[in-house]
Amino acid sequence: MKKSTFQDPFEVIRTEKGHTEMNDQDDPVTMILRHKDVRKTAHNWKTFQSGAEPGRIVVPSEVNIRDIRQIPFEVDPPQHKDYRSIVEPWFKRPREPEYQNKLKSIIDNLIDETISKGEVEVVHDFSLPLQSRALTVLLNTPFEEAETWISWGTHVFRSEDDPLDGSKANILYDYLDKKIAEAKENPVEDLYSVLLNSEFEGRKLTEEEVKGVMVLTFAGGRDTVINMVTNTIAYLADYRESIERLRNEPEIIETAIEELIRYFTPLTQMGRVVTHDSRVCGHNAKKDTRVSLCWASANRDATVFENPNEIILDRKINPHVGFGFGVHNCLGATHARTIMKILLEILVNKVQSMEILDCIENIENLDSIKRKVGFQKLKVRFSKR
Amino acid sequence: MAKINYVTLDNKKITLEGNSGSLMKLAKDNGVKGIDGECGGVCSCATCHVHVNPEHMDKAGEASEFEKDLLELNDHSNEYSRLCCQIQISDDLDGIELKVAERD
Repeated sequence: MKKSTFQDPFEVIRTEKGHTEMNDQDDPVTMILRHKDVRKTAHNWKTFQSGAEPGRIVVPSEVNIRDIRQIPFEVDPPQHKDYRSIVEPWFKRPREPEYQNKLKSIIDNLIDETISKGEVEVVHDFSLPLQSRALTVLLNTPFEEAETWISWGTHVFRSEDDPLDGSKANILYDYLDKKIAEAKENPVEDLYSVLLNSEFEGRKLTEEEVKGVMVLTFAGGRDTVINMVTNTIAYLADYRESIERLRNEPEIIETAIEELIRYFTPLTQMGRVVTHDSRVCGHNAKKDTRVSLCWASANRDATVFENPNEIILDRKINPHVGFGFGVHNCLGATHARTIMKILLEILVNKVQSMEILDCIENIENLDSIKRKVGFQKLKVRFSKR
Repeated sequence: MAKINYVTLDNKKITLEGNSGSLMKLAKDNGVKGIDGECGGVCSCATCHVHVNPEHMDKAGEASEFEKDLLELNDHSNEYSRLCCQIQISDDLDGIELKVAERD
């Protein structure tokens, strides 16, 4: 089996039952597995809410390590829309040529550096710096900040041996407190300052709310982007003809990105809290219990995707839910897609082939199910074109 | 060559001419406000949702099941809704009017 093959661990249970139980710190989750049910449940925010206790909709739950509410992620309509409209224009900046030029320069330099090294451990020496440096563009903060973020490692709330490392989270919170205080003292053209100056329901955003947006920005786009970039490298290394194809047919790059996002689905699932007794796919969802929208399973649903376990770079109809679905769809999607586009464009033009020398898989433990979500280490040799 | 009329949420009418490609791409390439086509036209994101002028529905043709399923879960969709990434430009579309739909 190729290293970039990510099997679908949900296939049998999705087909036979449509949902499965996962225990998580004594707050079990019913994972919803079919594409149609996942979209319907995501759409029904009244019954399946996000505005629960902070951290509870995340799986594994962050209730024990986080009090701060992530905004707009953990807020329900109608307030959700007001918060979202504050941040939306800022998060659409990746469409601007100036923004793209900054990203191009970052990615171009990193690829040149990588090619000259020849052999690189992709997770820590390619994807992590790429994600961190690109984040400076999203925040519009100095490039040097990336060095601090790189030193934190690949996940904001996790260390190597503990999926919920409270001390790790505190590093981020202390950092954000400091940055928010600085922006308050001396406003500049960065996200902190813009948020501090934004209005919600006729008043300025509080520092707590600003921090809530910032925690989301740091946490939501961290291991997701890192896994997406790493897994894409693994795929291109395994299928060198695809490098040539993307070089010769640049018009399929956007479609290819959607397909890679569908196949790898860097965020396995997102939870919701049930507001009143209801039913999903034959499951009795009791009030105040949790369900999760399993994007990873929905994206392999054979009733929607033909040959779901194959990467088809020019897949024309691809209603994937890799960026979620409904009002809470991924705020950072424009940034992520832009990174992927620039990465692929530059990579296929500078690299002839890549070879995986060694790897350690990153397996997510979902109680009875294990899912490969990426790599802990991926050593690759890059050959120049 | 077909003339395509887009009406944005602030009621501005933009007329563009096209030969090929999708109605989403034409709008996106020309910066029609509210048509983002984030997913590049694979029927995933619904950021190219429009309401076709009721008199022009036959020009637009019928939506596929995939498109209908996505529109069904959209709070601003109605019987005139289409995802304009799924409509390919041809001479038959000449004169069609599309109103950008509000986003959920």
